[in-house]
Amino acid sequence: MHAVRIHGRGGQGVVTAAELLSMAAFTDGKHAQAFPSFGSERMGAPVMAFCRIDEQPIRTREAVTHPDVVIVQDPTLLHHVDVFGGLSAEGYILINSTFSVEDLGIGEFLANLPNDHLYIVPASDIGQKHLKRPIANTSLLGAFAAMTGFIKLASVEAAIRQKFPGAPGEANAAAAREAYDHVTAFSNTQEGVSQHARAN
Amino acid sequence: MRAQIEGSQAVAEAVVLCRPEVIAAYPISPQTHIVERLSRMVKQGDVGHCQYLNVESEFAALSCLIGASAAGARTYTATTSQGLLFMAEAVYNAAGLGLPIVMTIANRAIGAPINIWNDHSDSMALRDAGWIQLYAETNQEAADLHIQAFRLAEELSCPVMVCMDGYILTHAYEAVDVPTQSLVDTFLPPFSPVQVLDPNEPISIGAMVGPEAFTEVKYLAHQQHVRALALIPEVAGAFERQFERPSGGLCSPYRMEDADIAVIALGSVIGTIKDAVDELRREGIAAGCVKIGCYRPFPMLQLRGELKGVTRVIVVEKDLAVGMGGIVSADVHMSLQGLHIPVHTVIAGLGGRSISKASLKQMIHDARAERLSEPHFLDLNMTAINDEQARRRDQRRAGPVAEQLIRAINAIGTKVV
Repeated sequence: MHAVRIHGRGGQGVVTAAELLSMAAFTDGKHAQAFPSFGSERMGAPVMAFCRIDEQPIRTREAVTHPDVVIVQDPTLLHHVDVFGGLSAEGYILINSTFSVEDLGIGEFLANLPNDHLYIVPASDIGQKHLKRPIANTSLLGAFAAMTGFIKLASVEAAIRQKFPGAPGEANAAAAREAYDHVTAFSNTQEGVSQHARAN
Repeated sequence: MRAQIEGSQAVAEAVVLCRPEVIAAYPISPQTHIVERLSRMVKQGDVGHCQYLNVESEFAALSCLIGASAAGARTYTATTSQGLLFMAEAVYNAAGLGLPIVMTIANRAIGAPINIWNDHSDSMALRDAGWIQLYAETNQEAADLHIQAFRLAEELSCPVMVCMDGYILTHAYEAVDVPTQSLVDTFLPPFSPVQVLDPNEPISIGAMVGPEAFTEVKYLAHQQHVRALALIPEVAGAFERQFERPSGGLCSPYRMEDADIAVIALGSVIGTIKDAVDELRREGIAAGCVKIGCYRPFPMLQLRGELKGVTRVIVVEKDLAVGMGGIVSADVHMSLQGLHIPVHTVIAGLGGRSISKASLKQMIHDARAERLSEPHFLDLNMTAINDEQARRRDQRRAGPVAEQLIRAINAIGTKVV
């Protein structure tokens, strides 16, 4: 079982990201469950959403307290919310930012993570380029597919197109693809933890 | 077709397959996605000649359906929490008039303090209103129960609530097999009411009944529920034969054949309990669980049969009878009269608190070691409680409890659980 926790703020598409992730996993023939943990349902408030992916049917309904993957859609949460709480030692972290690990001030948390288990992706910039709005969620799903291999990029794109038919779906799928390529390029350079992942 | 969809969407699609003729609803979280989707589908003309009534309140929603149902229409609504309380008078009337209305309850806590998250306080508050109450474990079951609910309601002339956990199910994406129209049509015949308001053959429904007959009317309502105890497994059986999957029924055992300790619960938490049971089994503890799928009528004999062999029962319930303890536990106690099996009450998951497998396992260990208080509150923050109690001892004008506690514990949304 892979448990994913996504952190962001109300209005950033955190819940949608978890839903799309589960749809992609379903397309891949896996069992998946996505659900939100709403705060007080207002724009800008910290929001979490969860997704479990498994080969077996998923019965548990508890919140994800011990994730295998943490996705941080909004880096301003890093020092307000315990986003890495319960993350497994072999876990993965994906952060939407243009800053490095040092600039973000999170180096000490991440010192023991395996190589290639941390990516900082300029997902808002990628979103801005394709969607004309700094929306990060669909880009991060592409990056997630590249980083973990838990789901296929094609399934992410299919989920996006299914949820957003027409031009918005195509633009979001393109953003996911670019973020996928961004991560793949870094992992191919064998640089390990891609703290160099600044936007240009 | 199997699809990865939101629970609310699965329910809306199942309701549409039942060919409702009048839907009236007032939006309230976490029920909103169900009625939003239904209103859209009606507007698009996907629901035959169905009328969707935008009403000004929950009280109006159910009142409209009482009229529509009495005129012979198949009717549906959905609500939750304060919305259910607001329609309470009509809830009793719908049952008392024998109108087969189906209503989804997207289970949510009741304020004050205001809380939009899941527990069973709402449907439990209306448990004795005369409606049949079914509780879903998964979104597949939630969808399936609606199809069964219309058939049950119309065969019994009794309204049915389908209860599903708010957010945990309504907002969860998981795979659901939404059946075909022809399968549902075979299972659910067109509504043939036993009483109809028809201007050509005028009758009255809702007469005043005095002391001479009121008890007899109530007795017959009770007999309908007794009849439901036989019909619910029959309908679930027919559903399984036709749709080739089990769904619904009175109560469902899991690993109970040789169980020594049994956990009883309603709704989606059964999934987490099953995982806890499996782990305890691997540790050599003979645990099992029983899902109560139908809470009203209460399946007393069936539950007694399931629990006969155990030495200990734990009822995990997402509600609280303040000043008493468990609501479901009291009914389980009644079912076990004379068997001398200890029944523990565990209050869990109130106001959306996540119920973890770890806490459930610890609860079972504690029960076996006689360490559970009665009633036991799962994962209670005793430090915060002791601090607040001390503060209230020390000062007369201690202020509101809720505001003090949220300040003491955390700001909403910043902690993982």
